[in-house]
Amino acid sequence: MEKLTETQVNTSVNLCGIRIDNPVIPASGTFGYGYEFAKLYDINELGTFSFKGTTLEPRFGNPTPRIAECTAGMINSVGLQNPGVHAVINTELPELRKVFHKPVMANISGFSVEEYAKTAELLNGEEQIGWFEVNISCPNVHGGGMSFGTDPKAAASVIDAVKRVTTKPVLAKLSPNVTDVTLIARACEAAGADGISLINTLLGMRFDVRRRKPVIANTMGGFSGPAIFPVALRMVYQTANAVNVPVVGMGGVSSAEDVIEMMMCGATAVETGAVNLVDPYASLNIVRELPVKMRELGISDIKNIIGIANK
Amino acid sequence: MYNIRVPGARRCPAAFCCNLPFPGSFAMKQGFFTITENRKLADATFLMRLEGDTEAITAPGQFVNIKLDGFYLRRPISVFDCDGKTLSIIYKVVGRGTDALSKTEPGKELDLLTGLGNGYDIGAAGKRPLLIGGGVGVPPLYWLCKKLAAQGAMPQVVLGFNSAKDVFAVAEFRAVAGPDVKIVTVDGSYSDIGGCNKGFVTDFLPASYTYFYTCGPEPMLRAVYKATSTEGEFSFEERMGCGFGACMGCSCKTVTGYKRICKDGPVLKKEEILWKN
Ligand SMILES: Cc1cc2nc3c(=O)[nH]c(=O)nc-3n(C[C@H](O)[C@H](O)[C@H](O)COP(=O)(O)OP(=O)(O)OC[C@H]3O[C@@H](n4cnc5c(N)ncnc54)[C@H](O)[C@@H]3O)c2cc1C
Ligand SMILES: Cc1cc2nc3c(=O)[nH]c(=O)nc-3n(C[C@H](O)[C@H](O)[C@H](O)COP(=O)(O)O)c2cc1C
Ligand code: FES
Repeated sequence: MEKLTETQVNTSVNLCGIRIDNPVIPASGTFGYGYEFAKLYDINELGTFSFKGTTLEPRFGNPTPRIAECTAGMINSVGLQNPGVHAVINTELPELRKVFHKPVMANISGFSVEEYAKTAELLNGEEQIGWFEVNISCPNVHGGGMSFGTDPKAAASVIDAVKRVTTKPVLAKLSPNVTDVTLIARACEAAGADGISLINTLLGMRFDVRRRKPVIANTMGGFSGPAIFPVALRMVYQTANAVNVPVVGMGGVSSAEDVIEMMMCGATAVETGAVNLVDPYASLNIVRELPVKMRELGISDIKNIIGIANK
Repeated sequence: MYNIRVPGARRCPAAFCCNLPFPGSFAMKQGFFTITENRKLADATFLMRLEGDTEAITAPGQFVNIKLDGFYLRRPISVFDCDGKTLSIIYKVVGRGTDALSKTEPGKELDLLTGLGNGYDIGAAGKRPLLIGGGVGVPPLYWLCKKLAAQGAMPQVVLGFNSAKDVFAVAEFRAVAGPDVKIVTVDGSYSDIGGCNKGFVTDFLPASYTYFYTCGPEPMLRAVYKATSTEGEFSFEERMGCGFGACMGCSCKTVTGYKRICKDGPVLKKEEILWKN
């Protein structure tokens, strides 16, 4: 390996067996299928990104308004609008391939265990997919509408079913809307998850005092942005302490310093969400700022700081 | 206060945009604009002029998305007028963001995303297009009016406001479309050389026109949809997360499939509109 000079720092990490150049990963739902952002900058500078939550069938999602502003954050109730797995395979991924030459993270969702498995099985043949990120925050329609991600058994059954149909690494993406996130994380690890990513959005709400109606058509939605960073950091820390697989941290990350803070608290890599929406160049800026911050903090290899808070 | 911008990288984005590695149809740009003017035009209604790189703004009916200190989401506002290096917007104070905007002093810089949305199709206008605006839906029609006149069309303009205190930009429209500009107020409190027109815009549409363009509050758009006899284009509003097509926050259903108001709109053709309920 090349010797590190004073100005050289190493930002690469190993995420579930795949080396990524840096730990910065735009989060699902805030980066589409990538190629829109590729018209703005070279998205190959990113570690990777997680594409929009994909389901077996196309979905329009929830009625509008779907967006509400909050102090240092936002609520969304997009409701997993996506073109469905077949269109992703036939249209979105071929578009992406033209502009992105790294493995991509496939974020998948479903409303039954079978649906998750079927979606993963169909995507498994796609060479560009490096990892599956299984979003288990959806309501379990067979289980009475309760989210898969709030029950350790249901969460494990989804991960187990996905693991059976793929050889690619599987990350379980956890919801923060639970009493003890480590119970879910451990159940997923036991079911074979190769990694854990968290947090998805916090359930939130805004009410319009003039119109006397909820701002969002669906009343409640997912709260994210810088306001949730401390909550996310705490859950990343707890989860990294509880499992032996890599943890991908997210929630409010908006700067290179946030990335370092989250990695110190146990994250192997970090996802950036809402910040991509308010500043389309945010993830690129973070990638470029990371080595600068590392030098400033005396970090020569980012791997060395992973989980130092947990030791 | 949170800081979402990487220190030291403040001007980076605009710089990357100038030498895009991946040229494409996606013409959005992020850039810093200096406020040169910010003054009241009518009741709670302000005109702001900004100087900066307007290259990405290519069609009337497009909008900009404005970052404001202390607010997480940007504010989408239509382009009122635009040339080589200046951009004007007209906005109404309706909440805390637009209130903060109205108190922003000339000389200050604002971070804008420009070149957002599809804009109106001026090619479809014909000789005598009709422009129908209501309230803060009026601004995008002005640059459109200028562009149509410049290509040899003779636009007819009907602008509706609640009352005389809300009326703005009449002189600007008259300078382009002369006597073909009609101002309508709901309470009949406004009158000028075009007469006193009390009621709704749809009560004062001319007898004949080749095509129409409209922007305004949704009830007005629905009335225009029913009252018009030719093909035409409507500009819509929706709450936005990003304003550039990334989040699916602003989707709507149309005859031709799902569309994002911010990217595939805000302008939709009459024949593709599916009204919600
Ligand atoms: C494409 C487009 C073009 C527009 N052009 C103009 C214009 O030229 N002049 C003008 O005065 N207004 C225009 N608007 C409306 C303008 O965006 C809102 O009035 C403004 O965002 C309100 O911000 P606020 O902080 O004052 O209100 P608040 O109610 O405090 O805002 C809270 C949140 O809701 C959003 N919001 C509130 N009202 C609207 C709305 N009507 N449409 C979209 N988002 C909204 C805000 O952006 C913010 O995220 C346009 C909207 C869109 C979508
Ligand atoms: C508009 C929007 C859409 C999202 N869609 C998805 C999705 O489809 N699948 C998913 O797993 N997470 C989705 N998320 C959650 C994000 O990936 C992320 O977990 C969350 O927003 C926290 O990160 P942040 O605070 O940086 O935004 C979405 C978030 C936003 C803001
Ligand atoms: S506001 Fe994000 S897609 Fe339109």
